[in-house]
Amino acid sequence: MTDDTIFHHGDPVAKLAPIVEMKNIEKHFGNIIALAGVSFDVRPGECHCLLGDNGAGKSTFIKIMSGVHKPTKGEILFNGAPMSFNSPRDAMEAGIATVFQDLAMIPLMSVARNFFMGREPTKGSYLTKRLDVDKMNQVVMDEMRGMGINLRAPDQAVGTLSGGERQTVAIARAVYFGAKVLILDEPTSALGVRQTSNVLATIDKVRKQGVGVVFISHNVRHALAVGDRFTVLNRGKTLGTAQRGEISQGELQDLMAGGQELALLEGSLGGTV
Amino acid sequence: MSSTSSDERLRAESAFSRLLKKPELGALAGLILVTVFFAITADSSMFTLAGFMNFMKPAAQLGILAIGASLLMIGGEFDLSIGSMVAFAGLFFGVCVVTWNVPLLLAIPATLIFAAFVGSINGSIVMRSGLPSFIVTLAFLFILRGLSLVGLKWATGGNTQLRGVREAVEGDILAPFFSGNAFPGLFEWLAHIGLIETFRNGAPKVPGIPVEIIWFVAIALIATYVLLRTPVGNWIFAAGGDKTAASNSGVPVAKIKMALFMLTACCAALVAIITVLDAGSTDARRGFQKEFEAIIAAVIGGCLLTGGYGSAIGAFFGSIIFGMVVIGLAYTSFDQDWFQVFLGGMLLIAVLFNNAIRKRVTGER
Repeated sequence: MTDDTIFHHGDPVAKLAPIVEMKNIEKHFGNIIALAGVSFDVRPGECHCLLGDNGAGKSTFIKIMSGVHKPTKGEILFNGAPMSFNSPRDAMEAGIATVFQDLAMIPLMSVARNFFMGREPTKGSYLTKRLDVDKMNQVVMDEMRGMGINLRAPDQAVGTLSGGERQTVAIARAVYFGAKVLILDEPTSALGVRQTSNVLATIDKVRKQGVGVVFISHNVRHALAVGDRFTVLNRGKTLGTAQRGEISQGELQDLMAGGQELALLEGSLGGTV
Repeated sequence: MSSTSSDERLRAESAFSRLLKKPELGALAGLILVTVFFAITADSSMFTLAGFMNFMKPAAQLGILAIGASLLMIGGEFDLSIGSMVAFAGLFFGVCVVTWNVPLLLAIPATLIFAAFVGSINGSIVMRSGLPSFIVTLAFLFILRGLSLVGLKWATGGNTQLRGVREAVEGDILAPFFSGNAFPGLFEWLAHIGLIETFRNGAPKVPGIPVEIIWFVAIALIATYVLLRTPVGNWIFAAGGDKTAASNSGVPVAKIKMALFMLTACCAALVAIITVLDAGSTDARRGFQKEFEAIIAAVIGGCLLTGGYGSAIGAFFGSIIFGMVVIGLAYTSFDQDWFQVFLGGMLLIAVLFNNAIRKRVTGER
């Protein structure tokens, strides 16, 4: 585990009040119980990892958090007050930004046009109302430089960026537009080693700006590299939240797999999973 | 990382590779090629002022359609019904003016609103059903053409041509904006001081700029400005590039596409108004196959068939290429019917070129 801590430069989590607190969330789809009482919270400046195998309920859970679904039972507190999101737009306006796997980016369009898509800065009024192109270019170059990516030009097409760089653009965009909580859905799942480390470094930078990061993953190594706290979902239930340092890679792996199955495999695979 | 390192990379991109990223580059290169071709093969009178107006007039009539079509293509949709729309709007306009004696001040807005309404039917079927616009507007290609024929026979008592438009609009204050030539005074003055060629009697050989050319240039400029310098332009690119990503980012995709269908239909109506006033009559074959020519001009102008990429100024150049080829062959010793071969060849080259450019822009390999 010590090898994986290179992205963790933050202090131990200060006991700040959570921005979002989800209490005993249940979600039923017909007679299928997708979530059976999950509690989860995010504090400013931390990276809280939500781990779970495929089908554990991670996607359902973040869709509730980002306003796509409404919970069947349970409470969502936002800055301590009860909150009910009717649409993703509501959640976005409250400051909960979700970067889904498709990233909501258009490869043929420039980085600057993607960055401001749907929220373009303008100058002038009425008939002379037009894009503030200089501001768009300046902000994009600055924000991307802040994340450690030097664009050749702001009009570079997103299609020419690597997967990790695109992920970083999406994260930088969410943060620039005032995200207090940033939900990242499997941001490293399709990336190579170097790109993964770039994204993990980005997560660390965002956390230092005081944003609460929810990092969804099924890769324990990636989670341990940046996470402050770890919550494991299995079959729609949480198996508890662990602080950084309290838990090892092997233990997390076992929790995700539900204990026994992986233990059985371990002999033949030699602990490589 | 320091700012100097990014500056180094900025400089590394040469002016040439920046130019290659422009979607209208192909059309501009094509225009230069075609101009050179005709400069060598055609009679020198093609590039006099009169010759210029000669090929710019059909270019402008097509170009107004092509710019509408290019915006719609960038927005990710097609409209194959614009040619039939020209006939249908022409019929509506003709009936307004001739049969009902409506002044242009009312007839022109009514025709545009009527066209926008038909465009919105196209748009709402495409948006609600989720079917490809290709097939929905193909249906309207036939529906509108058929309705134009039926409507003309009804309005004229069995004829497929409605005459008497010129007499009906004579003296109307709006007529000079939609027919004839603009700036006749300027051209007379230019002739008077000997800057342009004149007939024996002193009248200028070119009496003015045909109004469609003014409309064509104005629409090209406005469309380019909207595309590149307004939020709506960004939304058009976004809606065509990936409608899910765009609507997740808060872009009103359905509204944008609907507006584009209406705009394209209005462009067709404007062409109908101009050509009907010019000819003094309207007939059912008006705008025949113009939808394909407009799409060809838009593709030569750099629009991708898949949407999300292209330019209005490219469609402008594409239309001028078209006008030069249609008219220019008459100035050469070639058979005029080479025009179709030429058009198809241009389309093929343009599509191949656009495909290569798209791969370059998106970094696909």
